[in-house]
Amino acid sequence: MSKEALLVGQEAIARKGWIGAHRFLLLRRASQLGFLALFVAGPWFGLWIVEGTLAGSLTLGTLPLTDPLVFLQSLVAGHWPEMTAIIGALIVVAAYALLGGRTYCSWVCPINPVTDAANWLHRRLNLPKGWQPKRSTRLWVLAAALIVSAITGTIAWEVVNPVTMLHRGILFGMGFTWAMVLAIFLFDTLMARHGWCGHLCPVGAFYGLVGSKSVVRVSAKARAACDDCMDCYAVCPEMHVISPALKGKDGDTPLILAPDCTNCGRCIDVCSENVFSFTHRFDDTLAEPSDHHTPAPDPQTA
Amino acid sequence: MSKPNAPSSAARRRFLTDTARAVGGCALAGTGLAYLVQDARALPAEALRPPGALPEEDFLAACIRCGLCVRDCPYDTLVLAELGEDGPATGTPYFTARDVPCEMCDDIPCVAACPTGALDPALDNIDDAKMGIAVLVDQENCLNVLGLRCDVCYRVCPVIDEAITLELSHNERSGHHAIFLPVVHADRCTGCGMCEKSCVLPEAAIKVLPQRLARAEAAEHYRKGWEEKDARGAPLVDGLIDLPDRLPGPGTDNLAAPGGFEPSFKLPEVSQ
Repeated sequence: MSKEALLVGQEAIARKGWIGAHRFLLLRRASQLGFLALFVAGPWFGLWIVEGTLAGSLTLGTLPLTDPLVFLQSLVAGHWPEMTAIIGALIVVAAYALLGGRTYCSWVCPINPVTDAANWLHRRLNLPKGWQPKRSTRLWVLAAALIVSAITGTIAWEVVNPVTMLHRGILFGMGFTWAMVLAIFLFDTLMARHGWCGHLCPVGAFYGLVGSKSVVRVSAKARAACDDCMDCYAVCPEMHVISPALKGKDGDTPLILAPDCTNCGRCIDVCSENVFSFTHRFDDTLAEPSDHHTPAPDPQTA
Repeated sequence: MSKPNAPSSAARRRFLTDTARAVGGCALAGTGLAYLVQDARALPAEALRPPGALPEEDFLAACIRCGLCVRDCPYDTLVLAELGEDGPATGTPYFTARDVPCEMCDDIPCVAACPTGALDPALDNIDDAKMGIAVLVDQENCLNVLGLRCDVCYRVCPVIDEAITLELSHNERSGHHAIFLPVVHADRCTGCGMCEKSCVLPEAAIKVLPQRLARAEAAEHYRKGWEEKDARGAPLVDGLIDLPDRLPGPGTDNLAAPGGFEPSFKLPEVSQ
């Protein structure tokens, strides 16, 4: 049957229900709101659970957390921080090294809803993908941020980092941060598909490096059931991570091991054949194929 | 990307051009970023850092812009700089004395809250803080200088009679009053801004300035003779002859005095 007329995820909705086809999206929005609520509860409602911002926080007056990239910039800028910040950074690094570095991007980062909204609009307007610099550009931006930090002796990326600026803006006052956020929204909508998070943001690049050997992974366990509808490619913000796992031959692991994967789970949601599932990196088993399938040729990613 | 065999020259060329392009883009973006960073390093004079803040260039390497010091400040003194406002580096804490001065808490909660040491944990006595130095910037409008008894800055000073004293002098204008001049002593002033906040004038006559603006620096080679003399317990140069002092009266060159010495040669058209 032809699926050209179907919107992305239509079939999954038909088969699993709307909730079933948006399970991880809903969980992610809940998580993003939840983390924001923890921070906002203090200044807005006087419930001091978490003090501070994503750059550095104190939970229940005891647990320190520090953004490891800000911490690293502080180091190269020539400051040796106090033990509180060191412990905080180690805890965060350990957590994301296990959970998947870019889990931060899709489950915590306040810019993610902005770029997700931009991408939704971008798809609704059926716009061309626009400027697509290499995905590795963000690594170069990361290097540049660290080099500038070292040369100027200042935590350089924090002068322009929209992630911490938006978070701080919500908690302490915006200033002109809204303009920056709007600029990113427009950039992602009109100029470059997945432009900010997928190509430029050094914070995502850094967390990707942190989680390059992470335990929590998505697996195309039931890849034998794939019917090449391409919905997972359409929703995936880092679609180059899918092919090696989904289109792998018998010997290839079904695990999505690319550090760029944000563990957002959208592929799990939109797949009507339930090819994908969350698992751990040591589980490279394949599900038994339910019915006979002819392997499809590797699709040209568009 | 896929095969670690000897790359073809085309692949090598592609790799080299891609890398060159990335490096070029990075250099460009990095330069722009460095420009923004340098721009953000300029701290306006009226923006004061919290107690114990490291010197500005070290502070900007140490402060992670988390806002914990602001949260633990009991008096809404500290605020975080917002983007695009003509102020300190985005997200860093500061206060404006005329708005809300530092109340100089004994337990210094802002310093305790700082996770990185951007606010130096070695500061354990708030009286040792050096957020700035109060300066009587306008000696023409200060009411005390005009001979009135305002004294407000002196009386609100948390280090009264040490950081600010009132120096007595004769009021020449009225002829029978005193002037109580507020004098700041930099070694005791913490720069909390209480005086600036409470100055009764529409624009404060006493302002807290950063050290770099408020203070001169004594020349390295300069010695104060009287101090050296005290330290030595004797004149610094031995064998000085004490010459007679010129007093008014006969035999001196004091022309204003009667019987004074008249020079034989006078310049034309010079009258005494």
